[in-house]
Order: sequence, then C-alpha cells, then structure tokens
Amino acid sequence: MRKLALIASIASIALPMLGGAAMAQETVKIGYIDPLSGGGASVGEVGLKTFQFLADELNAKGGILGKKVEIVPLDNKTNPQESLIQAQKAIDGGIRYITQGNGSSVAGALSDFVTKFNDRNPGKEVLYFNYAAVDPVLTNEKCSFWHFRWDANSDIKMEALTNYIKTVPAVKNVYLINQDYSFGQSVRTQARAMLGTKRPDVKIVGDELHPLLKITDFAPYIAKIKASGADSVITGNWGQDFALLLKAAADAGLKVSWFTYYAGGTGGPTAIKQAGLNHQVFQIAEGIPNLGHASADVFEKALRAKYDFSLFYPRAVNEMRMFAAAAEKAKSLDPVKVAAALEGMEFEVFDGGKGNMRKDDHQFFQPMYIASFGERTDKEPFDEEKTGWGWKLAAKIDTPQTVLPTTCKMERP
Amino acid sequence: MLELIVISTLNGVLYGMLLFLMASGLTVIFSMLGVLNFAHASFYMLGAFFGFQISRWFGFWPALILAPLLAGALGAAVERYGLRHVHKNGHVAELLFTFGLAFAIEEIVQIIWGKSPVDFRVPPLLDFPAFTLFSTNYPAFKIFMLVVSIVIFIGLLVVLKRTRIGLIVQAALTHPHMVGHLGHNVGRIFMLVFGVGTALAAVAGVIAGPALVTQSNMAGLLGPILFVVVVVGGLGSLPGAFIASLLIGLVQTFAVSMNGSLAGAFGPLSPDYAATWLSDIWNVTVAQIAPIMPYLLLVLILIFRPMGLLGTRDT
Repeated sequence: MRKLALIASIASIALPMLGGAAMAQETVKIGYIDPLSGGGASVGEVGLKTFQFLADELNAKGGILGKKVEIVPLDNKTNPQESLIQAQKAIDGGIRYITQGNGSSVAGALSDFVTKFNDRNPGKEVLYFNYAAVDPVLTNEKCSFWHFRWDANSDIKMEALTNYIKTVPAVKNVYLINQDYSFGQSVRTQARAMLGTKRPDVKIVGDELHPLLKITDFAPYIAKIKASGADSVITGNWGQDFALLLKAAADAGLKVSWFTYYAGGTGGPTAIKQAGLNHQVFQIAEGIPNLGHASADVFEKALRAKYDFSLFYPRAVNEMRMFAAAAEKAKSLDPVKVAAALEGMEFEVFDGGKGNMRKDDHQFFQPMYIASFGERTDKEPFDEEKTGWGWKLAAKIDTPQTVLPTTCKMERP
Repeated sequence: MLELIVISTLNGVLYGMLLFLMASGLTVIFSMLGVLNFAHASFYMLGAFFGFQISRWFGFWPALILAPLLAGALGAAVERYGLRHVHKNGHVAELLFTFGLAFAIEEIVQIIWGKSPVDFRVPPLLDFPAFTLFSTNYPAFKIFMLVVSIVIFIGLLVVLKRTRIGLIVQAALTHPHMVGHLGHNVGRIFMLVFGVGTALAAVAGVIAGPALVTQSNMAGLLGPILFVVVVVGGLGSLPGAFIASLLIGLVQTFAVSMNGSLAGAFGPLSPDYAATWLSDIWNVTVAQIAPIMPYLLLVLILIFRPMGLLGTRDT
C-alpha cells in the first residue's frame, strides 16, 4: 500500500513536469520583469495586464508562427539586483524573450546582463524588449544589439516638450522636480540645456531631485514649489511619484502648469481632476485616446471593457505586434533571427503613421503627441479613471522631427 | 519665505506626531521587555489595512475605533502566546522572533490585500481645505490627524501620571525586576503594554493610511525611522520619544525645503575637478540628503550621547 502511494506521489509530481515540457514547445514565453510589489506596483500591474491583453489578441489570431503567446510575470520590486535574479530565473525556465519598462536603472542592469549572457552562451541568446525605460544612454554609449526600445527616449521627449514650451509665452518661471536616478537626472540636465537655448528668458527657479518611489507625502516639496513662485513645473516622475505629487498639489491648492512625461499613469488623472487643473497638465507620449484613429478606438474600447483602466502603453502594442511581424518575416522564433528582422523594420504604429526601428541603435521612432488633460468636447469620447475628463491633442510631432543622432557603435554577433 | 516656514512647520509637526504615536509604544515596550520590537511598524501597517477594510464595510469612523482595538488584541496575543514563550531563551531569540514576525505579517498582508496600494480614501466629511494660509490650502484631514495625535498624547500622559496602572508601568520602566518582586503581575502588565503600544501604532496607521499610501511596503518604509526616534530620544523615555519625534519630523521637512550645498556655500568647484567624485559631493543639496538626515542624527547621538537625549540608562 505504501509502495503504491509512493509511486502515485512520484507520478503526480513527474507527470505535470512532462506535460510542462510538452507544452513549452507549443508556447512562446515572454518574461515580464517589472514591479508587482512596492512603490512601482501600481504601474507594474497595469503593464502586466496590458501585455496579457496583447498576448490574448495575438493568440486569437493564431499566435506567433502557430505558437501560443504566454506572458510570465516576474516581480523585480523596481530593484536592479532583483531584476537580474528574475531574468536568470526566466532563462532557466527556457524563456528567450524578456520585456521590462519601469526604471532605467533596472533597464541598464538588464541590458548589460543580457549582453554578457549572450556572449557566453551562443545558441541560447535572449532578447530584451524595452517598452518604457527612456534613459538615452541605453541607445547611445551603452547600446546593445540585444536591446530594443519602443518608447521615445528622454531626449526626444524633452526636445518635443521644449519646442512646445517655446510657443507658450505664459511660461516664465520653471521648477524642475525629478526622481533621483539616471532617468530623472537626464530629464533635469536636458530641460536646463534645451530651455537655455530655446527660451533663454525662462528662469529655472528650482531644481529638485527626490528619492525614487519612496516618498509618501509630497507636501514639503509642494510648499517649496509654491514658495519659489514658479508658474510651471517640468517633471519626469512616473507611477506613484507622479500621482502623489499631484495629490499633494491638489491638497495645497497649487495652481501651476505641469509639463510631464507620465501624467496619464495610474492615479495621475484622478489627482489632476482633484486639483482642478483643467488643461494645465501636459503629457508627451506616443499616443493617447481621443486621437480618433479607427483601429485604435476599437482596441481602446475592448481594453476598457475587460479592465478598469485605459491604454497607457501604445508602445507595448507596437512592441508585441512588431515582435509577431518580425518572427513571421524571419520564419523563426530564434532570437538572433528575430533581432535581425527587427533591425530597420518599418511599421504602421498603433495610432496611425509610420514608425521605424533604427538599425544603428535599436531606438524606435514614431509620431509623438503632446496632449493636455481636462474637460472634453464631442471630439474626445474617452475619459480617464472615471473622472469625466480626458486627453485633448495639443500638438503632433511627425516621425522625421523626432529623430535625434546617436553615438551608438553597435557590436553585432 | 514666511509662508514656507509656517507650512513646513505644520507639516513637520504633523509628521513628528505620527512618528510619536508609533514610537511611544515601541519605547515603552523596549524598556519593559528589553526587546527592540522589529514588528512594531507592522502593526502600523495592520492598522492601516484593518482601517481600510472596516471603512469599506462600516465607514471610516467605526474603523478608527475598531481597527486599533483589533490590532491591539492581536498585539496582546502575540505577547501572550509568542514572546512570553520565546522569552525563556533570552533576548536574542526574542529579537529574532519579532524580526520574523515582521516578515510574516508583510507576507500575510500581501496575500490578503495584494501588493499594490489599496484605495483608502479620506472620509468625505473631512475632505476639504481647513484654512488657507498665504494662498496655500491646508487639508482638514491633516488637521484631524494632528488633533487625534495630540489627544492621544495627552491621554497617554494622564494615564501614566495619574493612574495606578500608569504608576506601575513607570516603575517597571526603570526597575522591571523590583516591580516583579513587589508582587505585581508583571506578565499581565507586559501584555497590556504590548497591546496598547501596538494599538497606538494602529491608530497611526488608520489616520495615516488615507493621507499617505496604504500598501504592503509601508511598514518597511517607516520601521527604520522608528528606531532612530527611540534611540535619539533615549530608551524608555516617553518625553524623549516625544522630543525626538518632533525633532526628526521637523528636520526632515525643513531639510527638504533647503537648497544649500557646498557649492552654494563656498562657490562653484574649480573646473579641474568637474568630472571627479568631488563634484557630486560638492553639488548635492541639503534637500537631496533629507532622507538620510535621521540616520546621520542616529550615528551622531550614538557617538556623543549613547543614552539618548533624555535617556537615563545606557543600552
């Protein structure tokens, strides 16, 4: 009897393993390495669901090369070291594609890790798809053949934002507040440099760096902005660092214009509405709802019907669709071949218009949009976070105007 | 400038009072049981999550009463059925017990409420600006937080100074063994103190939850600061904890509002050193190092006055 139980227990352990191995050949696994706990969890969670939605979309059309797409969530706690552990775990589990977006500190570590891993393990290469980490060095000094970026890098975004600020004479005293790590520092340096040449009359009345995702009460910072006499704030803050910053501004009744990268992230729209900043908060992104692009509207409606959030990552849509297109073009899921197919690829992006993955540095270029958040007219059907307010287009930047030079010297295998 | 000073003072005092709500329990527990309770901030977190859940069911006001009672009962149970057994094996075992407990509580909270922040809102009754000072609004809820912590502080003082139980607790602070020899039920006092201490931390959780962020890492963010408060104030000294809480609250808030740096004080660094590590140190502002100020204070206090500001015993 005991022997029987033993055999049964071994079988019960072994059978699913066999089943797993058989399944693995039928699926394309993508390791999603992003924060699912801690201060970055609110955005990490939304990202995960977005990717799962995109995987479902691909699977409904028969998957990639007939294989089912599966997103494997891996929690990195917005921590570079933890990310490497998770990446190793993913690779040990047979995953050849990883994607990550939150935190350029993490992205730098991952890009490095993947590059070294691929050098040492030819034939087992891993590709890293970056959908949101925008530190320019990733496609310049520290570029890697194994890294592809779908979000416009920080310099491109700041170039567009400052071009827009050039046309707004009301901006006179600017306050910079950013997260204290590579990305936040690059935002502040670029903002200073670009404003200096485009609007020399603008005064920088404050330049703040605060710890990343650790502040729970921004009231002291808001008091400081208020005291500085600023009329506009430029910030690259994302996740709770943006939502809480705006929440504190709402509490204190601070009325300034905000030029941001990520105002649309979880909690952001709610805080803006609370602060009563009608069309005073601007965001630069590769897409917003309310652009009136037919296929994007269909997607947006389907996403909102399934989840209680709107699409914050059109870049993730581009990433997944291009991945599928590249695999089909290469007729293979071998990462080296997929990477080769992605290089220089032209693609019709989510919100319409042509984008291309530059071969020199693996930076994706696409039309960019500056939009403000506030009351809607008939032209803006979508609101955000049930506030009744929505995004309204302020300026569109076409792909050729977003192209910046790169210093990348790509090493190809 | 005046505006900044006034608002920063208000913010600093508020933060200080929140710290005190937690540190008061921690310091009393430390001096009576001789254990630095690593799980203390976890009860603050439990308070916030209980508060969130109960306010979902019955509203914010019942939550303000029920959540601390629940967390306090849990705290008392931890002392009665956990710590008391571990006590036999000495202080190191107790320390490790609370250390493990902190992780266990965090995991349990994650299992029940998830890892991302929960939507714990300020009650509508208090969701308006209390007053406007130099064109800056001050939220009514923050004033409410301030009032609650001051009321509790006064209540605590009265209990400690005017009641029999307070007398015994005070005696046990300085002479724990003597109190036992005098025939008091030290075990029950310990349980009571642990329960009340954790309940106070939970009160802080319920009122801080809606104003700050209620999520599973909130204990980890605040825990280390609590130890700083207790050590700086002096072990087992309630007035010390009070002063240290306010001090740290004000130091942190004011540090954020200052822009001074070495470059500001002594002029810009000569261009020869621009690319070296020196330029980082030279240009870092007081605001940037605000988060480490309390720890700097901790190190200085331990070097120059190990018993803390108002402490009487050495560690």
